[in-house]
Amino acid sequence: MRIYVPGDAAAKALGADEVAEAIRAEADKRGVAIEVIRNGSRGMVWLEPLVEVQTGIGRVAFGMVQAADVASLFEAGWGEHKLALGLTEDLPWMKMQTRLTFARCGVIDPLCLEDYEAHGGFVGLHKAIAMAPEAIVQEVLDSGLRGRGGAGFPTGIKWKTVAGAAASQKYIVCNADEGDSGTFADRMIMEGDPFTLIEGMTIAGLAVGATRGYVYMRSEYPDAIRVMEQAVLIARDHGLLGPSVMGSGRAFDMEIRTGAGAYVCGEETSLLNSLEGKRGVVRAKPPLPALEGFLGKPTVVNNVISLASVPVIFEKGAAYYKDFGLGRSRGTIPLQIAGNVKHGGLFEVAFGMTLGDIVDNLAGGTATGRPVKAVQVGGPLGAYFPRALFNTQFCYEEFAGAEGLVGHAGLVVFDDTVDMLKQARFAMEFCAIESCGKCTPCRIGAVRGMETVDRIARGDAAAIPLLTDLCATMKAGSLCALGGFTPYPVMSALTHFPDDFAPLKEAAE
Amino acid sequence: MRVETGEVTARLQDILAAHEGLEGPLLPILHAVQESFGYVPQDALPLIAANLNLSRAEVHGVMSFYHDFREQPQGRHVLKLCRAEACQSMGGDALAERVKHRLGIDWHQTTPDGAVTLEPVFCLGLCACAPAALVDGRVVGRVDETRLEALLTEVRA
Repeated sequence: MRIYVPGDAAAKALGADEVAEAIRAEADKRGVAIEVIRNGSRGMVWLEPLVEVQTGIGRVAFGMVQAADVASLFEAGWGEHKLALGLTEDLPWMKMQTRLTFARCGVIDPLCLEDYEAHGGFVGLHKAIAMAPEAIVQEVLDSGLRGRGGAGFPTGIKWKTVAGAAASQKYIVCNADEGDSGTFADRMIMEGDPFTLIEGMTIAGLAVGATRGYVYMRSEYPDAIRVMEQAVLIARDHGLLGPSVMGSGRAFDMEIRTGAGAYVCGEETSLLNSLEGKRGVVRAKPPLPALEGFLGKPTVVNNVISLASVPVIFEKGAAYYKDFGLGRSRGTIPLQIAGNVKHGGLFEVAFGMTLGDIVDNLAGGTATGRPVKAVQVGGPLGAYFPRALFNTQFCYEEFAGAEGLVGHAGLVVFDDTVDMLKQARFAMEFCAIESCGKCTPCRIGAVRGMETVDRIARGDAAAIPLLTDLCATMKAGSLCALGGFTPYPVMSALTHFPDDFAPLKEAAE
Repeated sequence: MRVETGEVTARLQDILAAHEGLEGPLLPILHAVQESFGYVPQDALPLIAANLNLSRAEVHGVMSFYHDFREQPQGRHVLKLCRAEACQSMGGDALAERVKHRLGIDWHQTTPDGAVTLEPVFCLGLCACAPAALVDGRVVGRVDETRLEALLTEVRA
């Protein structure tokens, strides 16, 4: 009997290790031969640990399994049981998705190459190896893929710039510094399907003529680091990385690097400085990293999801990928539904769903059962959306038009107990803690911002225009998104939830 | 426990040798030093600086930039609580206050008996099972009453 118990960090955080141990012990006790596979997560985090059993008709799921349930599950022969959910693929959350980037995540054994290949792995790389570098770049351009880290810059154009630069050494750097609250897509794919990222980076290397790559990971992701390090070793052992990738005669190898707890290192130039062993201070652009990046050499810096989406684009073709989506937002986006929600997790879907559809239907409202008051989209630098803007479609341009950002597609839902003034203050506090210190509006402005919000909290209405003015200065006068985008959560809180900013004034009236 | 200078020098030679030939070796070296000693002894900085042909100030600048690197040893256990938005939406702030109260310490402090150090962390990627914590590198999600009690018992040992 083959039993899948996710080894994903979210599943482990909810007791998956204990469940796996209990399953092995119980099987031993009963003398049942089993094979336990620690797969990635299917993305239904509210159901974790989600245990699956392989049957003749497919994989059958059991949700929210705890170690104490294991004996009764064996007793029931892994059939009729109060935790039984039916076939995993038939669950509405799975059926409603378009899983391209995450097709294998949760399905395969993350570190088993045979499993990876049996599920379409390396089809894309084989195709890319047979193509001229210019044709590889053209394929990515044609797919319409845009940077999934938040900036939404066309990936193909970045690759084209690096491909066109002449240099003795070029690099592929994967930005796996996923620091935004409400996001965990990078973590999930690295833990659940690490070879996809390796394959995507290798294709990028072939496209631009880079022979070395780095994955810059967060120290806050110990499980993902461990899986990625093992995956790189396995790939190297099998000749997928090294002097001749898959016997192609073309070299590509990579290393896993770990950051040290600085949020700002998720910004690409700061990341490059950190990778070089410097303080993670932001660099001015130009020069673009594509021309002068890591150690001054032409460098592709792409987010995990951008790179992990490359293999499927080559496997199925650019036209297939581009067919999904809306307007200039092509392909799929892994929504990460988090915070105070009934159904939290990862949901990969074509661009274009409305925010309200995501929050009310997918997430099923709040976990507390109270009304939704605000949704922060795009991490700590993303805007808070009120219900009035729930008709906004999930696309880069549409969100920008609503004074917000898609970011890394994380959504954090808050119920009506949230105090938006407090959230605005937190945005400023976070910016003050994490500022690299290069730009004055960010370094000093964030501290003044906290003080100004405190003045408003004390009932000083005159401080409101001051906060607006400060936000305009930060937005216009900061090099990177930390200082430049902190005004998004602050101003959206102030604009959409003015009642939270006038408590004392109202009381006096 | 702090480590003597002679011991620092001896262990540093091995760490530096293991990192030779890396591109941008300083962060990996600092991680390895902290892994070996539990903190980054200040005696190590001039040795690292000399090895990488940097000034001591540059190495200090890098070390002090990153939240992870510590000049002091930590408690026997390290409890990291997420302070970011997704955890806030599920009562993370109140949870943090309770933990601080129960342990009698604030952020970045260690209990007087050296049992536990409390650190804030901004996102563990466990945002769909908030509030979240990291105990000695082990992830814990949906920290409710029961899980909190178990955590506190564990770290006080």
